[in-house]
Amino acid sequence: MGSIEITVDGAPRAADAIGPHTSLLDWLREQGRTSAKEGCAEGECGACAVLVARPDGGGATRWTAVNACLPPALAFDGQEIVTAEGLGSAPSPGAAGELHPVQREMAERGGSQCGYCTPGFVCAMAAEYYRPDRAAAARPTGARDRPQDGRSEGSRPDEQRRPGEQAALGDHAAHGAQAAHGECGPNGFDLHALSGNLCRCTGYRPIRDAAYALGTPAAEDALAHRRAEAPPSARPTVVRGERGAFVRPADLHELTELLAQTPEALLLAGATDAGVERNLRHARPPLVLAIDRLEALRELLVTDDAIELGAALTLSEIEHGIAGRVPMLDALLPQFASRLIRNAATLGGNLGTGSPIGDSPPALLALEATLLLVSASGEREVPLAEYFTGYRQSVRAPGEVIRAVRIPLPLAPLTAFHKIAKRRFDDISAVAVAFALTLDDGLVTTARIGLGGVAATPIRALAAERALEGRTWNEETARAAAAVLRGEGTPLDDHRASARYRSAMLEQSLLRLHAESVI
Amino acid sequence: MVAARSAAAPAASALAATAPVVAPSVASALAERPEHPVVGRAVSHESAELHVTGAALYTDDLLPRMRGALHAWPLQSPHAHARVTALRTRAALAVPGVVRVLTAADVPGVNDAGVRQDEPLLPAEAMFHGHAVCWVLGESLDAARLGAEAVEVDYEPLPSVLTLGEAIAAEQFQGAQPIVTRGDAEAGLARAAHRFSGEFEFGGQEHFYLETHAAIAQVDEAGQVFVHSSTQHPSETQEIVAHVLGLRSHDVTVQCLRMGGGFGGKEWQPHGLAAVAALGAVLTGRPVRLRLNRTQDITMTGKRHPFHASWEVGFDDDGRLQGLRATLTSDGGWCLDLSEPVLQRALCHVDNAYFIPDVELRGRIARTNKTSQTAFRGFGGPQGMLVMEDILGRCAPLLGIDPTELRRRNLYAPGQRTPYGQEVRHAERLPAVIDEVAARADLDARRADVAGFNATHPHRKRGIALTPVKFGISFNHTAFNQAGALVHVYKDGSVLINHGGTEMGQGLHTKMRQVAATALGVPLGLVRLAPTRTDKVPNTSATAASTGADLNGGAVKDACEQIRARLAVVAAERLGVGSDAVRFAGGSVTSVGVDAEVAGAALDWREVVQRAYLQRIQLSAAGFYRTEGLHWDPVRMHGDPFKYFAYGAAVSEVEVDGFTGAYAFLRTDIVHDVGDSLSPLVDIGQIEGGFVQGAGWLTLEDLRWDTSDGEGRGRLLTQAASTYKLPSFSEMPRELHVHLLERAAEEGAVYGSKAVGEPPLMLAFSIREALRQAVSAFGPAGHAVELASPATPEAVFWAIEAARRASGS
Repeated sequence: MGSIEITVDGAPRAADAIGPHTSLLDWLREQGRTSAKEGCAEGECGACAVLVARPDGGGATRWTAVNACLPPALAFDGQEIVTAEGLGSAPSPGAAGELHPVQREMAERGGSQCGYCTPGFVCAMAAEYYRPDRAAAARPTGARDRPQDGRSEGSRPDEQRRPGEQAALGDHAAHGAQAAHGECGPNGFDLHALSGNLCRCTGYRPIRDAAYALGTPAAEDALAHRRAEAPPSARPTVVRGERGAFVRPADLHELTELLAQTPEALLLAGATDAGVERNLRHARPPLVLAIDRLEALRELLVTDDAIELGAALTLSEIEHGIAGRVPMLDALLPQFASRLIRNAATLGGNLGTGSPIGDSPPALLALEATLLLVSASGEREVPLAEYFTGYRQSVRAPGEVIRAVRIPLPLAPLTAFHKIAKRRFDDISAVAVAFALTLDDGLVTTARIGLGGVAATPIRALAAERALEGRTWNEETARAAAAVLRGEGTPLDDHRASARYRSAMLEQSLLRLHAESVI
Repeated sequence: MVAARSAAAPAASALAATAPVVAPSVASALAERPEHPVVGRAVSHESAELHVTGAALYTDDLLPRMRGALHAWPLQSPHAHARVTALRTRAALAVPGVVRVLTAADVPGVNDAGVRQDEPLLPAEAMFHGHAVCWVLGESLDAARLGAEAVEVDYEPLPSVLTLGEAIAAEQFQGAQPIVTRGDAEAGLARAAHRFSGEFEFGGQEHFYLETHAAIAQVDEAGQVFVHSSTQHPSETQEIVAHVLGLRSHDVTVQCLRMGGGFGGKEWQPHGLAAVAALGAVLTGRPVRLRLNRTQDITMTGKRHPFHASWEVGFDDDGRLQGLRATLTSDGGWCLDLSEPVLQRALCHVDNAYFIPDVELRGRIARTNKTSQTAFRGFGGPQGMLVMEDILGRCAPLLGIDPTELRRRNLYAPGQRTPYGQEVRHAERLPAVIDEVAARADLDARRADVAGFNATHPHRKRGIALTPVKFGISFNHTAFNQAGALVHVYKDGSVLINHGGTEMGQGLHTKMRQVAATALGVPLGLVRLAPTRTDKVPNTSATAASTGADLNGGAVKDACEQIRARLAVVAAERLGVGSDAVRFAGGSVTSVGVDAEVAGAALDWREVVQRAYLQRIQLSAAGFYRTEGLHWDPVRMHGDPFKYFAYGAAVSEVEVDGFTGAYAFLRTDIVHDVGDSLSPLVDIGQIEGGFVQGAGWLTLEDLRWDTSDGEGRGRLLTQAASTYKLPSFSEMPRELHVHLLERAAEEGAVYGSKAVGEPPLMLAFSIREALRQAVSAFGPAGHAVELASPATPEAVFWAIEAARRASGS
């Protein structure tokens, strides 16, 4: 085992002195790389975003933007990080400076005001700039429009579209991918790439203009070239000290052995929840086991009777890997947190933490998914509907780890995912409702409804399912079942929504499903 | 520097629908622009390249450059209100890495974080949940935090008042209770054909500047205290650090490199935090870094004031306002802070753009056990105006008048005065901006489109609305309307400017460079800006009230003109003309009427500077500016508190989902009056950013406190970015068109410009009123829609449910 080393902006830096509870952000800043900022310390604002060289699924590298405030620095042993400082430099006494194309567009178009969120925006935007399939989505356009002269109009997001021609609302809930299509620039830039970045100054329009004006990387662009090579592999890491231990096991066997010895160890994948626990609630677990790069947890299998999603695949990887195969997930994933979070967060993590308002469980419940739990003593399969036992509690035994999520095929033909939240991008659901219905000659033959945010755990709406099954799919049935659905769960009053609203949203979601399914 | 008061108002005949507003025939010296000015050019933010490369430094970025700095961590009260009966630090000091615990006993000077002696820095009584009762200094942040956890505090819980309702019932108020009156409100109401009354309680707003509060303090060998602070008001931070430490102002220097956003949240709140860092530095002899994390920032520092309003209004048969009587109660939190001037501005803006003949407006400040509510972009103006816009939005259907028409009928006419007695100069710009924005937005045609959409969509409705803004510019507190600058010209011709204003992203430094380059006639690249420091320019005012460019621009221009006048004498001698005939432009010095391109006709700027140096001519100058013509009687609430008004109008279209109350902002068109823009890219940025921030306040941003009687009483429930949601990309209007009102020179301000920081925030009323329109489309015509603020999806859903149940008029 060599010493801990992280490559930052092309230069390797020894990181042996880091404890297991120092975030990548704090470490970078201690190193004097202060471009990444702390804005919220919980992965909501993106001011800390940096680029990481990650596998693209085909042996090459994808520049992936992540929040640096959440993962521990040790998780990046042997990895390559690029910050806004590494992308380009401003002119200074003694140096001409060279702005990266993303930086140039942001600077010229008024994309920065106070500038504090800007390095994070630049990194998130650069990741999308380097996305290899972005150019394929580009629409032919003329010369790139120039920054406005100040007297002229702000640009329109899409010259082809006028209000009224495209559904403005609601459809994103039912057809997330379609909504994403409506939020792409002429250069193929997906605005969702910036859904995890907050700016309090600009109102975003100039940032969107900068994003939509980006061309393709130049032939000599080093980071573009870097994509063709493999990313660094995840090397086993062991750091044990006074402040606790951090271990990245080499394989599943080593993991389950370690877990058998220390079942209370924190299993760390994307750190999108654990990082918040550390930053805001000062959790300092004595042993952290990094499992995010274990190949055994990162398989995506499609067979005739199931789709198996590795628990340590990031949500972005799932989004790319199964696009079009599971409409429910196509609808869910673009609404799940933000791109920055989805680039790190995993299904295993979302189910492992057992939050009652996690967005994936309602959808997976409606899809009748099962979990594959593995331990030193073997593997077992548990239906998700039997997995949760209480608030943040599950049947997962000490020593067990979620290996994969299995979605049985064929899928129900009528599915929908409704997320009710204050904000469309990057918000936690007040209520999430997932429907999977099979209709036969106008009759509902099976109904599966998953709910989040209305009980101590995600639940199935069993009474409402019964109120649908065997009945004709018409407005009367929908109304009657909606009234039943309204009464499911035991919603709470909190700062996100009142209990009354949550119940009303259950009812409304079924009314909407019917209204939208008969158009 | 003396700025001329306004010339006569332009003739009304020049004000046809979309006609440009006529500029005054004789511009004042302050407003006059030379040929080829650098002001007026669309240039990027002066730090844009530093921002995008991450090279721009903010206060906490200095930490890796400081050896041996200590970290400060607060111990926050778990009670909304409690007496601290004992505080034991022994266990904390035993924590490895803990260096010191700062308590009230350590304060050598005045234990007060404000200027009113009502804000103890280290309190004996915790006045709100989260109030810092002591601070721990540690070698690391973790050590300081663990130390704070080890401090033992005994609290004696006391009764608390949390909501405006509780405070009003208990009559728990603080500060003055001002009244603005004109005429006889009762008589106005009595003669009105239509009288309505109502109540409206609406929420505050967290600033959520991306950079939280930060200060780093050091002490030098002679005992001078140097504080880096993220502050909008370095001079006041300096004064408070000095009085806490028992020093004089000349012992303390405060520097602000730049802020990662301020929005008013760093006008008052930084002082105590800087004082804690300074106290720690003095007591330990080491640098002390205090940076609030987001949770601490949001639970400890003040916010926009929530308000309660009760009102009675009367209209004649044509919908013209006859009388208004209203009582506005703001929630000031635990101490006065800036609540009194915020309330004054609120009362001075209830009228917004509308003439109300007979008025009585009463104001009160509730004292509650919450954070000390403070300045926030608009400074009470938005709250005052929201009351009126809500009244008009609610009453229009009851009067049977289209809301836009109702607003139009009540606009100020030239010559009319506000309830506090100031003439509404350039009132003709109100119909001008409204007509122009309506035309640019294609309002009439799109109203028909919206009606068509609504007729064919049972589950989704659209709304479109137009609202105007009139906002007074200047500090209500007259003394603050002054500024200083220090400008150096070096022998190589380069220029360094210092001024009292701070940069928080609003582009003030960008504008000041343009002002200096214009006044000296040099290329922009020759002008550099030094960070704001109290030892360069003393006794400055807060960079606030949108006045940064007006005040500091006046001062920078004054300093530059002093230098230019001296250089003109030197150049005149060389050019063989009188100094009055010397012109400075683009780095060339010529005589009037001579083309700088002609060989030998022009002197190089640098050559003139060098010549002046050899002649022992002073090449630096201190500039000063004060806004002339202001009079304000804060007791009678009467006078001319504002130099001028900024005008604007917006048309917004929204779509509302009947199933959930969720909504999308489809399109917004804005026409806004920034005078003759000093820097159009900056001004458009301010307009768009202010608009979206205002939309956030009115729709999404929801501060919730635990008002139960349980253990968590008084705790802020939305204390993180995950629970307090700011607008993100999904809330920006799909289309956003901003147009600056043309030929709008303001003769009372630097180079004919107008202030821009705050007024555009209130353009967001158009979003709220469009939501009201969309909601009303779910019900019958002629019913009033009451809409909560913030109009969250849930609030909109309940309004829709009410509309569905309503019966029309």
